[in-house]
Amino acid sequence: MTVLKALLKRKTVAIALLYILIVVAAAIFAPWLAPYDPAKQFFEGLTLEGAPLPPNADYWLGTDLLGRDLLSRVIYGAQTSLIIGVVSNGIAVVIGTLVGVTAGFVRGWLGSVLMRLTDLMMAFPALLLAIALAAILQPSLWIVAMVIAMVNWVQIARVIYSETISISSKDFVAVERTIGVSAPRILFSHLLPHLLPTILVWATLGISTTVLLEATLSFLGVGVQPPKPSWGNIIFESQTYFTSAVWLVLFPGIAIIALSLSFNLVGDALRDELDPTLKGRS
Amino acid sequence: MVWYIAKRVVYSLLILLGVTFVTYLLLYMIPADPARQIAGRSATAEVVANIRHQLGLDLPFYEQYVRYLGNLLQGDLGRSYVQRSEVSTLLASRVGPTLQLMVAGIGFELLIGITLGIVAALKRNSVLDQVLMAFSFIGVSSPHFIAAMLALYFFAVYLGWFPLGGYGGVEHLLLPAITLGVLGSGWYSRMVRSSMIDVLHQDFIRTARAKGLGRARVLLRHVLPNAIVPVIPMIGIDIGIFMSGLVVVESVFGWPGLGQLAWQAIQQVDIPIIVGVTMLSAVAIVLGNLVADLAVLFVDPRIDVTKT
Repeated sequence: MTVLKALLKRKTVAIALLYILIVVAAAIFAPWLAPYDPAKQFFEGLTLEGAPLPPNADYWLGTDLLGRDLLSRVIYGAQTSLIIGVVSNGIAVVIGTLVGVTAGFVRGWLGSVLMRLTDLMMAFPALLLAIALAAILQPSLWIVAMVIAMVNWVQIARVIYSETISISSKDFVAVERTIGVSAPRILFSHLLPHLLPTILVWATLGISTTVLLEATLSFLGVGVQPPKPSWGNIIFESQTYFTSAVWLVLFPGIAIIALSLSFNLVGDALRDELDPTLKGRS
Repeated sequence: MVWYIAKRVVYSLLILLGVTFVTYLLLYMIPADPARQIAGRSATAEVVANIRHQLGLDLPFYEQYVRYLGNLLQGDLGRSYVQRSEVSTLLASRVGPTLQLMVAGIGFELLIGITLGIVAALKRNSVLDQVLMAFSFIGVSSPHFIAAMLALYFFAVYLGWFPLGGYGGVEHLLLPAITLGVLGSGWYSRMVRSSMIDVLHQDFIRTARAKGLGRARVLLRHVLPNAIVPVIPMIGIDIGIFMSGLVVVESVFGWPGLGQLAWQAIQQVDIPIIVGVTMLSAVAIVLGNLVADLAVLFVDPRIDVTKT
């Protein structure tokens, strides 16, 4: 609670949290909030020449190439971004934490194998590996979520690993060991509580990475597939036409950037609040 | 020192071996049967079996991997069945433009990132500092495809300052390179800012000031050389992030490099090409990291490798 209060005191972070709340609300209440059916192609949604309409009184954000209402599609697109953001990033955090803690606390051959594996994963550009996997596995919403989790756990694993090493080398852990406290007990009642702030920070920052990766994959055509709207595939569908209908890129684009920026801001502020070693440094 | 370098080189080679195993797995996972694709629809089962034997597709998993490795060493990255051409030939024709854009893009990243970082650190906690850091935050939070499309729209279509994408002279290079530079500069500016602040607080800076050196001299001779060291390994790490952005920026700007090749391959589900580009980028990343790690040793003699 005190952390939340401290976060809300920062104006930019408060705005970021508000925006996240709005997106969550848009995703949950999309059927009631969206003015139209996102898949419905309106005859009046196109000009006589068949071009999409710019923002106007009927279609607040304009229409797309098929005469569908852009605002409704953007509202429904929030569902896709958040589902991927939460599910995929959740899986990545779990895998990353398991790998990091195993490598840093259990160590042994399993630990070194896992760290070599993360080194290997670091050698690949996340986007290209995700593209290759998504192209082979043929994308659906859940496959995309899995693919993103499979390339995004690495960062968290490395952070948790070094954090685990530094906590395990503290005196109190050595004392616990000498007085004969069992390893699982040290792990669950001492190590994990100390790791929690780090996990929380990186889970927040990770949503930003995840949202961006989903949007990019969808933009490239190997992400969430139309007609299911995602902010990335709205832009994918209109990329050939965007120089004459820039609103089709601008509005979903702003939605994506604002969401990713918000999670970055909140994550960064969380790190400042939760990590006492950073206090008063910047 | 020599021991450390040797260890680092061997480890990079091992990672590269791991990279080949991953790319092999990816190719192995392709659902379509390459033998059937080569033989064509009307081929008899016998012909298909023959081709499969020639390609070694009837060998066990690990023997196929050994064969794949052997091919790689000879520069054979497999075949694109969609384009009916060798992957290595296709990649080779794209490396030049990509290198151009990489050098220009990373150049802009460093130029923008380091400059903004220095300014922000010197004017710490001022409004300017906050604006610059907000700018770097927006940069790293923006997906490349949106930034690229909006830059193309605003500067090429609306203002008409640049050509509408394509390849050629400096005027074609500038906009994609600056887009990459602006988006990637955030990591550097934040890093330079905090490392500048670190250095500014150290004793030798106070000493330098106490002995009466001018502000500019302290900054240029004492602060900067020290503050800039962490940027070097950062370039190594950044290559990975940068390559991802490159794919998207090249495809939006129609820049005929590896990224555009990968993008075209995605549209045609031409997986051997995607895997080829992935492998080439992985090699670039491993080498980039190796060079950056070794370069730091020469730039900063204080780093003690016997401890790592």
